[in-house]
Amino acid sequence: MFDYLRYIRERNFPHIWCSGCGDGIVLKALIRAVDKLGISRDEMVMVSGIGCSSRTPGYVDINTLHTTHGRAIPFATGVKLANPKLHVIVVTGDGDATAIGGNHYIHAARRNIDLTVLLYNNYIYGMTGGQVSPTTPRGKRASTAPFGNQEPAFNISDLAEAAGASFVARGDVYHAQKLEKLIVKAVQKKGFSVVEILSPCPTAYGRRNRMAHPVKMMEWLRDQTVPVAKWERLSPEEREGKVRTGIIVDVDKVEYTETNDKLIESLKADK
Amino acid sequence: MKKKRADNICMMQGNQACARGAMMAGCRFFAGYPITPSSEIAENLALSMPAVGGRFIQMEDEIGAMGAVIGASLTGLKSMTATSGPGFSLKQENIGYAAMAEVPCVVVNVQRGGPSTGMPTFPAQMDVQQARWGSHGDRGVIALSASSAQETFEQTIRAFNLSEKYMMPVILLVDEVVAHSTEKVVLPDPGGIELFNRKQPTESPGEYLPYRETDDGIPVLARFGTGYRYNVTGLCHDETGFPTNNPEKIEKLIRRLTDKIERHRKDITHCHKIMLEDADVAIFAYGSVARSARRAVFLCREAGIKAGLIEPTVLWPFPSDEVLETAEGVKAFVVAEMNLGQMAREVELASKCRVEVHRLNRVDGRLITPQQVVEKVREAL
Ligand code: SF4
Repeated sequence: MFDYLRYIRERNFPHIWCSGCGDGIVLKALIRAVDKLGISRDEMVMVSGIGCSSRTPGYVDINTLHTTHGRAIPFATGVKLANPKLHVIVVTGDGDATAIGGNHYIHAARRNIDLTVLLYNNYIYGMTGGQVSPTTPRGKRASTAPFGNQEPAFNISDLAEAAGASFVARGDVYHAQKLEKLIVKAVQKKGFSVVEILSPCPTAYGRRNRMAHPVKMMEWLRDQTVPVAKWERLSPEEREGKVRTGIIVDVDKVEYTETNDKLIESLKADK
Repeated sequence: MKKKRADNICMMQGNQACARGAMMAGCRFFAGYPITPSSEIAENLALSMPAVGGRFIQMEDEIGAMGAVIGASLTGLKSMTATSGPGFSLKQENIGYAAMAEVPCVVVNVQRGGPSTGMPTFPAQMDVQQARWGSHGDRGVIALSASSAQETFEQTIRAFNLSEKYMMPVILLVDEVVAHSTEKVVLPDPGGIELFNRKQPTESPGEYLPYRETDDGIPVLARFGTGYRYNVTGLCHDETGFPTNNPEKIEKLIRRLTDKIERHRKDITHCHKIMLEDADVAIFAYGSVARSARRAVFLCREAGIKAGLIEPTVLWPFPSDEVLETAEGVKAFVVAEMNLGQMAREVELASKCRVEVHRLNRVDGRLITPQQVVEKVREAL
């Protein structure tokens, strides 16, 4: 059996997540990915914002930084630029990264700075009790959308792609093995990498949207996800109500800290 | 004999002097966002930082700049940002984070008039209370002030030293006139500058507790990536750095964030005192207004009026003892400032109603003149 204890901070358990929450499954996939990567724990820094997902760092025995709402990416930018040798993983949620922190999300992608962003998408503000988020599908209910969400939702992965990220993938907690592989790839990629992780929130989202039972939410994840290869063969009508999973973008682009390093080197050489 | 050219004497504006001071203090990370009248600080550092292996980044907004500064500081680089009123407001949440997590950094605020967009190109001193109370929650604050390019240079270095020593954000307040006036600056020999670098743990990683109780109440935070794995959070935390709901531990933490400044007041506060010994009226002024006040003291003396000046170079913690001591020797105070009495309130409080406090305020974006100060002194007598 895989030894999770090596990587967790046992003293902080039991964790704060509700039973049936997907975030624990992400935590396990993340730990397995970290183990597979073989990177020293001292050389990893995990930076998070505010929300249920952003509590993940408290449970992982690496350097961890729990910041302010929406600002994990700028804090992480400072860490990475101060010491580019460190592997910096950002853990954030849909509200944290695409509402209050949306500006940082698109600009870090544009800059293509070598950060790995694990963006847990649960379609809702879980920690504050179920308010509507930028990814809540139109028509779905939230505590601040009691008659159903009137706004269209963001497609988080498309947003990262359009803004210039060099690696974008979407995974989900129903397919936990696949998720682990996506995280490994994302960390290995030099440049701004995003893994959007569909993680169910039965407490705040499911209960309001006829999926109160965690199993129901897992089935929903299973049924709505379509691997990228299959997605290509679907007609627009068949794609309706589905989301593609797997690697969406994987391109090589100039990375920001490398560019900055080169500038420093060239100025040294001039002297 | 041929005179040696003194290349340590230059002409520069306050903002350049600030950038120069930062470099000499060992600042190796700057993140900022363009805003008048502070942008020259960023521009100067964009030019000089990479040449010494330092990092400069223009962020997407003021909030992000403050976040990046905190991240870089935790990773071991002396870090700074610079802004003006509106940007200072935007940074407040993360300034509070740096106070709570005890992360050293320097925030320069080149003050302009407000509220809102106000007067981008004119001086004011309307952010002195924002510097104290701008971020939510109780905590101690260190805010320095400078009245010339020379002093801006020196105070920037002091800001870094105090932040590294007390493990907290330190604010440097200047104003548009100081920032944009070009004047003589004498640079010290780099070897002659006293620099303070934050302590690093001496115990093994296994024994390390980032917020362990220390004799001086100041934590020892290891640089990220040096083998000491710990947690940093803006939540109330215990000595381990992990969040806690324990009321005793919370109380201890919040009190310590204020006490660590109160306990070291003597080391932090500083005032210039001019002709106070026999003064009948004490002028209290800081920043560019202090320049007018100095002139006013001499004009008063020429006219046979015994005026003196108390000019704090550290606005927070407020120099209460010095103000009380001054109050005991004079008949009246004149507080001159480019706001509607933000520091006059503090002088009233600190002087314990021993003497009357007369206010001289200007909020039209123009400097208070020496003549205005003299007139006010006459009124006060
Ligand atoms: S509120 Fe939702 S996201 Fe938060 S822990 Fe509970 S189930 Fe998970």
